[in-house]
Amino acid sequence: MGISSIVFIVLLVGASWLFARNFMRIRRNILLGRDVTINDRKGERWALMARVALGQSKMVVRPVAGFLHIIVYAGFVIINIEVLEIIIDGVFGTHRVLSFMGGFYDFLIGSFEWLALGVWVACAIFLVRRNIIKLKRFVMKELDGWPRTDANLILFTEIALMTAFLFMNAADYGLRLGGDLHYSQAGGSFPVSSWITEHVLGCTKESFGMSPASLVLIERICWWFHIIGILAFLNYLVVSKHLHILLAFPNVWYSTLKPKTEIINMDRVTGEVKSMLDPSVQPPVVAPHTVAGVEMTERFGAKDVFDLSWKQLMDGMTCTECGRCTSVCPANLTGKLLSPRKIMMDTRDRLEEVGKVIDAKGKWEEDGKSLHSRITDEELWACTTCNACTEACPVNIDPVGIIMDMRRYLVMEESKTRPALANMLTNVENNGAPWQMAQADRLKWADQ
Amino acid sequence: MTEPIRVPTMAEFTATGETPEVLFWVGCAGSFDDRARKITKAFVRILTAARVKFAVLGTEESCTGDPARRAGNEFLFQMQAQNNIMVMNGYGVKRIVTACPHCFNTLKNEYPVLGGNYEVLHHTQFINALIKEGRIKVEGGSFKGKRITFHDPCYLGRGNGEYEAPREVLLKLDAALVELKRSKQNGLCCGAGGAQMFKEAEPGNREVNIERSEEALAASPNIIAAGCPFCNTMLTDGVKHFNKEGEVQVKDVAESIAEAGDP
Repeated sequence: MGISSIVFIVLLVGASWLFARNFMRIRRNILLGRDVTINDRKGERWALMARVALGQSKMVVRPVAGFLHIIVYAGFVIINIEVLEIIIDGVFGTHRVLSFMGGFYDFLIGSFEWLALGVWVACAIFLVRRNIIKLKRFVMKELDGWPRTDANLILFTEIALMTAFLFMNAADYGLRLGGDLHYSQAGGSFPVSSWITEHVLGCTKESFGMSPASLVLIERICWWFHIIGILAFLNYLVVSKHLHILLAFPNVWYSTLKPKTEIINMDRVTGEVKSMLDPSVQPPVVAPHTVAGVEMTERFGAKDVFDLSWKQLMDGMTCTECGRCTSVCPANLTGKLLSPRKIMMDTRDRLEEVGKVIDAKGKWEEDGKSLHSRITDEELWACTTCNACTEACPVNIDPVGIIMDMRRYLVMEESKTRPALANMLTNVENNGAPWQMAQADRLKWADQ
Repeated sequence: MTEPIRVPTMAEFTATGETPEVLFWVGCAGSFDDRARKITKAFVRILTAARVKFAVLGTEESCTGDPARRAGNEFLFQMQAQNNIMVMNGYGVKRIVTACPHCFNTLKNEYPVLGGNYEVLHHTQFINALIKEGRIKVEGGSFKGKRITFHDPCYLGRGNGEYEAPREVLLKLDAALVELKRSKQNGLCCGAGGAQMFKEAEPGNREVNIERSEEALAASPNIIAAGCPFCNTMLTDGVKHFNKEGEVQVKDVAESIAEAGDP
């Protein structure tokens, strides 16, 4: 086994181990959320996942971004078949080990090249949309700092990876033109990179603008850059919004199948209300439960990430900050502080903050902060529950549920609300209507 | 639609040992709000013309709890829900129709888990069925040739996936149905949902209903059709904001249908 094989195996194992460790940490964080069971209507869930996550059905609602995203997505999924070959080659020191597939292999490599070019162009257009055209949803305040850098880093990385892939093939093709036996024996077709071979590397059958040694060097550098880049990118996912490429699938599978405007019932309140209406019914016993080594008391509504369900936390980790939710939010469109995207980003950032405390101390210790340190009452009270955001989200994230749970905490635990709402609640309580109208007058309309 | 109007209650039905075909859930807006009362009456005229055996709960009806739940008070919501369910189950209610998408959503989706299982219809679905069954006839009349646009209520459309019933009903008016730029799944909220109706808007640079009304007026309609008493209020205010109330009317689907039948 050559030295390069050993280096390769060390890198591969190291990167995979690091990724697995960090991914399990994300999983642990998500499971800090309240336990809910979601395993009904499995057939519908698989179909939904196939349509929305695999089929990108909600992405193409916006045709330009949708089309470009499908190219990048297809490119990512399909070109990664190539990674399989790269891994085998890397471990055993072979070259293009899958060449035995013959014509099919040529077809594969040819399609990868077209896709790589497509991904390259799509990412370039995405960079233009973010940094030159400055589409509104990409320049909003909540993206200042790391989120904007993150988005650009992802796009640059993908462009670099695709460039390396195409130059690797271009050098390979150049070596074949020069009659190098090692390279010529392997399969492959080079519809895109042959152009690079001729116009960038300056190699044709007739004139050879570069020594074979230089071509081998380019081929090797690009090969290593491509695979190291992919391993690095894999580990970048866990600190990036780009995690959506993995979580989009389970997130859609577990998303609600209920009508959008149905708000989830609080069963504990049902028990309390039943016992209030009928004294023979015992109020529910609320047993304290242990999370991250600490006994938690159950609250009404959501003060912190522990009070949200694991699915709501998964929503936060899945969000890729595309901002389609915010761009259709009636509150945001009319200048209110609320941005559904920010709700999701804040949920994720708070979860990661909590996770870091647990990493450092081995268990959760109060840090005097909560979700409400990031999300203000003003944001929460601006929501009309119209569900334009949940409709727009390409991966079925639900910001409204989090907003509702946080409102529940404000009202039921802190008695904090807007004065007019306090009046409304009093009216409903006293006379069964949100206005100060007597229940006895309910049928008066019929007399007039 | 000139038949004399009578509004029987569930209590009256029960006293005679009869069962109504459907319970008309009037809702708080439909009971108390001056503008929404007109919608209530228009719908009753349609029910009467179609000889539907309907009943209301009258003074036994109480807020579904929708605004309480959305304002964060789950206790109050569940108190309201439990009481309403007790009343309705007591009468053996099976089928409910309501002209309010918020009541519709709550009764249909949020009551079952608390023991209230009913078939719940929005009044545009109910009217559509009456037309299809031939129980009422709708001719365009004064609506012929007019431009009508429909504003999708969030709680009917996006919330419960009903986009077609109100449109099918409106098409019976021989009018031109024009779609708003943001309609159906992409419809823009009027600004009233989520208990916003009962509070001042949070600070911003515009009211949501102004944004939506501007869009509706851009479609140059004669009538903006609504299917929700709260949307109706918000859009009426918005049209007034642009001083267009002389040219553009905001009408509930039921009002247009009831008027079309008038001589």
